[in-house]
Amino acid sequence: MLDVKNLVAGHGLLTAVRDVDFSIGTGEVLGIIGANGAGKTTLFRTLAGVHPAHSGSILLDGRDVTALSASRRVAQGIAMVPEGRRLFVDMSVRENLLVAGENGRKGGWTLTSVLDALPSLKPLLGVATGGLSGGQRQAVAIGRALMSNPKVLLLDEVSLGLSPVAIEGLYEQLAGLRQRGDTAMIVVEQDLDRAMEFSDRVLCMLEGRIVLEGQPRALGRQAITEAYFGLKSAEVAHA
Amino acid sequence: MLDALLQGILLGGYYAILAAGLSLMFGVVRFINLAHGDLAILGAYLVLLVVEVLGLSPWLALAVAVPAMALLGWVLQATLFARTAKGGFLLPLLTTFGLGAVLQNGLYGLFGSDTKSLGNHIGNLSWASWQLPFGISVGQLPVITFCVAVAVLGVLQLVLSFSRLGRAIRATSSDPEAAELSGIDAQSVHRAAAAIAFALAGLAGAFLAMRAQINPYAGPAQLIFAFEAVVIGGIGSLWGTLIGGIVLGVAQSLGATVSAQGFQLAGHLVFLIVLGARLYRARGHRQGRWYNLFRLPVLPSRRAGATTSQAISEGRS
Repeated sequence: MLDVKNLVAGHGLLTAVRDVDFSIGTGEVLGIIGANGAGKTTLFRTLAGVHPAHSGSILLDGRDVTALSASRRVAQGIAMVPEGRRLFVDMSVRENLLVAGENGRKGGWTLTSVLDALPSLKPLLGVATGGLSGGQRQAVAIGRALMSNPKVLLLDEVSLGLSPVAIEGLYEQLAGLRQRGDTAMIVVEQDLDRAMEFSDRVLCMLEGRIVLEGQPRALGRQAITEAYFGLKSAEVAHA
Repeated sequence: MLDALLQGILLGGYYAILAAGLSLMFGVVRFINLAHGDLAILGAYLVLLVVEVLGLSPWLALAVAVPAMALLGWVLQATLFARTAKGGFLLPLLTTFGLGAVLQNGLYGLFGSDTKSLGNHIGNLSWASWQLPFGISVGQLPVITFCVAVAVLGVLQLVLSFSRLGRAIRATSSDPEAAELSGIDAQSVHRAAAAIAFALAGLAGAFLAMRAQINPYAGPAQLIFAFEAVVIGGIGSLWGTLIGGIVLGVAQSLGATVSAQGFQLAGHLVFLIVLGARLYRARGHRQGRWYNLFRLPVLPSRRAGATTSQAISEGRS
C-alpha cells in the first residue's frame, strides 16, 4: 500500500532523514521508535506532505505522491495525527470532525461511525476543543484523521503528555481500529514497551537512518534497546 | 448630544463594512493589506463608471462592481499576495503599500483629481431624513448603510458558522498546517477570503461615495478608520467589528460637536486607548501576538468543565 523508497529530508543543511526505505500493507501496524532527534517526526511530516522531501519517493498504491501537497495527500488517503494534536481550538468537537469529513477522502468513515468507534466523543460534540483534557483532545485528533477516510494513518507521539489512564483508553480505541483491518497505521511512540506490544513490525531510527527492522518478538528487547540508543552501530538489522 | 450619538452609531455601520474585509484578511490570510482603503475607493470609482457608462442606478451598479472586486481579490491573492506572503512579514506590507500607490495614481490618471460623488445619482436619498422625537433627524442613507452592514455581517456570520467554506476558513485561520492535514487547500481558502474582503471594500467604497465626495487619494484615510475599527472591536468576532465601528463613529461624532478637528482626533484617541489596553492585557500571553488581535469569530460552545461524567471519565492528562 505505502512504499517509501530512498527518502531523504531535512532542515536546510541538516539532513534529518537519510535513505529511508520501508513498506506497509493494508491493516498492518508499523511502529517507529527512536530517541529524540532520530528523525521520526521529520519522516512523518515528510510522509504527510507538510515537509518537503529532498529526494526519494513515496508511493501510495503505486502512485507517486511525493510532490503532492498535504491536502492532496489527504485526498489520496494519507492522514496524520500530528504531535500536539493541533486541533482547531475555537471550533467544537463536531466541527473539528466535520472539517476533515468535508475536505478529505470519501469512504466508510462518517460522523456516526467515528462516534461509534470513539464513543467518548459523543457527549462532547458541542464542546470547544480548547477546553478538553489531553486524552479527549487526542481522541478528537484521531477521529478527525479518521473522518478523512485514510488508507494510511500516521500517529505521531499519540501518548505524549497523557496520563496513564488516558493512554490506556487511547490504545484500547486504537486496538478497536486495528481490528477493523482496513487502515494501515504507522505509530511513532516513545514508550518502547507500548510500541512493541501494539505494532506488527517496528522500525528503529537512529540519526535519520533505519538501523533495525522486524517483528518485535523476533527482534527481542535487547536488540531494540541497543539500536534505540545506538549502542550497536552500522548495518540495518532485519528479523 | 443625543443626535451626535445617533449619527455616530449609524456612521459605525459604514466603518463595519469597511473594516470587516480588513479583519478577514488579517484573521485568515495573516496579511496586512495597506491598500484596503484604496481598494474601497477603487470600488467607488467602479460603481461610478458603471453608472455613467451603462446608465444604471448605483444600486444596480453594485451588482457589477462588487463581483468585479471579488474577482480582483481572488486574482491578486492567487498571483501576488500568496507569493509575497512567503517572503516574510515585511514583503506583504511593501507590496500592498505599492499596490495602494499604483491604485491612487491609476485612478488619478483615469479620472483626474476632481472630487466625485454618487450622491447626485441616488435622487434625494443623499440628504433625505426621517424626523424623530426631540427634534432629532436621521438621514435615510446612513440608516440604509447601517442596515446593510448588519445584513452583510449576519450573512458572513452564517457562512462562517454553518457552511463548509466557513468551517474551512475558520480552520485555516486557527492553524493553516493542521487545516492542510485535514484536507483543506489553504491557498484556496485564502483566495476565497481575499475575494470576500475585496468585495466588502468595494461595497464600503460605494456607500462612502454616496454620502461624501471622493478623490483618488482618499484611500489612506479610509484605511486608518478601518484599522481603528478592527483594533477597537475586532478581537473576538465580526460583530466586534461592528461594535468597533460604532465606537469609532460615536467618538468621531461627539468629537465633531466640540470642534471640526475633534472628529478625527476623538477617534484616534479612543483607538489609542483601546490599543494600549489590549496590548497591556495581552502582554506575556499567546494573545499578545499581533494577529490574535484580529481573530475570527468563535461559535458559542459549551466548555468541557461542565460536561458529563463520561467526558470526565475519559481521563485528564
